[in-house]
Formats: sequence, structure tokens, C-alpha cells
Amino acid sequence: MKIAIRHEDFDAGAEARALSKGNPGVGAVASFVGLVRDRNDGSAVSTMTLEHYPGMTEKAIAGIIDEAKGRWEVIDCTVIHRIGELRPSEQIVLVAVASGHRGDAFAACEFIMDYLKTRAPFWKKETTPEGARWVDARTSDDAAAARWAPAPAKDRAA
Amino acid sequence: MKVKVLFFASLREQIGRAGEELELPESVSTVAALRAHLVARGGAWGAALADARRLRAAVNQDMAPPETALRTGDEVAFFPPVTGG
Repeated sequence: MKIAIRHEDFDAGAEARALSKGNPGVGAVASFVGLVRDRNDGSAVSTMTLEHYPGMTEKAIAGIIDEAKGRWEVIDCTVIHRIGELRPSEQIVLVAVASGHRGDAFAACEFIMDYLKTRAPFWKKETTPEGARWVDARTSDDAAAARWAPAPAKDRAA
Repeated sequence: MKVKVLFFASLREQIGRAGEELELPESVSTVAALRAHLVARGGAWGAALADARRLRAAVNQDMAPPETALRTGDEVAFFPPVTGG
């Protein structure tokens, strides 16, 4: 399991390959990459600055991965989240999950992303022509996370 | 009791500081009571911390509901709902 909160960019392909290297039991790797959009809530976005809570953020992500492991077969997992100032089209976040089968890999990847968005302490501030503003939390993100409760059966087949 | 209080994102900007060490009176023994204690300072404190719906808290780096009890030495953080990913 790898959790990294950092300024530097990541290579999603290399991270995905690293998850299966030396582990022939891995039959599926599902990954998600989030990017900075050039528009949000009707305004052009020129930069986005990400802040986190050092210590708690890593702990919260580890807890989310543990919860995913309790629901699906997760052989290994990588979460990288960038902080600092980013520009449109830059990568923000990577979630990659290795599993025996695609069903578990897809589901765990989406679950980790949904929970990360609502439970891991990160905050976005964006610069627009109208000035800098903190991004508001979305009720649609709460709804996405709420879909996962209660825990589904662990033995779903791919 | 003594606690460390931290503020993040828009709260930190509104209040104008990232955190402080605080000696709390005996009556302040939960997250909710600590919030009320800080709101009572007035000014930017009241503006930043008054709306409980727009506020989340963590105690010792775990999300904590308002009724969470505080102990001496705790690290208590207040922040807006998270927007990562």
C-alpha cells in the first residue's frame, strides 16, 4: 500500500505497473486520475491550490483503504494526491487498485475515490477572473459516498 | 485542561492564524463547547465558527462529532467540509 501527499506529478502508468510487478496473483488493476478543470461553477479557473492537514490526511486515506479491503479483494493499492498550486489539465489525484478480478478492482477504486472526496482533509482554492475563492463541498459528492453504505458482500465475483 | 487548536483553509484565513495552545475552563469539555468558547470571542471568530453546518472537526486527527469529549493534550482541528480529489 502506498499513500503519498506531495507536490510532484505522477506517472499513472508506472504506478499501475508497479502494483502488479512481482505479484502474479494480480489479474486486474483499475485506476482513476483526477485533473484540474479550466472551469468551475461558471467561472474560468486559472490556478487551483490544494491544502491538506499533514498527518490526518494520510491517516484518513489509510482508513479508507482499510475499509475497502474489508469490502473487496484488494491485493495492493496506491493513492497519490498532489498539493500546492496546480494549473488546468494538471493531474491532482491517482487511485490505483490491484485485485484478482476486475469487479473488485473497479469497485474498490471508485469507493476509495468517493470516500476520499468526502472524508480526507483536503481543501481547494481556485483563482478565477473574479478573484480567489475556496471551493464549496458538493452535495453530489456526499450522495456518491452514501451509495456505498452499508457494506456489500465481500465475495462478489468479477 | 490544555489543548492545541488548529484551523485550516478558509477558517484559517478568516481567523488569521493556523492554531494556538489553549487553556480551557472546566466547563469546556467537548468539541461543541470548545467551538462555542471560540465563537464567544466575537469578531472574525464568530463569523468563521458560528455556522455548524459549514464546519467539521477532528480530535487527534480523527473526524469528531460535536459531542466528542476532550482530554488534556488533545489536538483539535476545525475546518470547512473537505473538497479534495
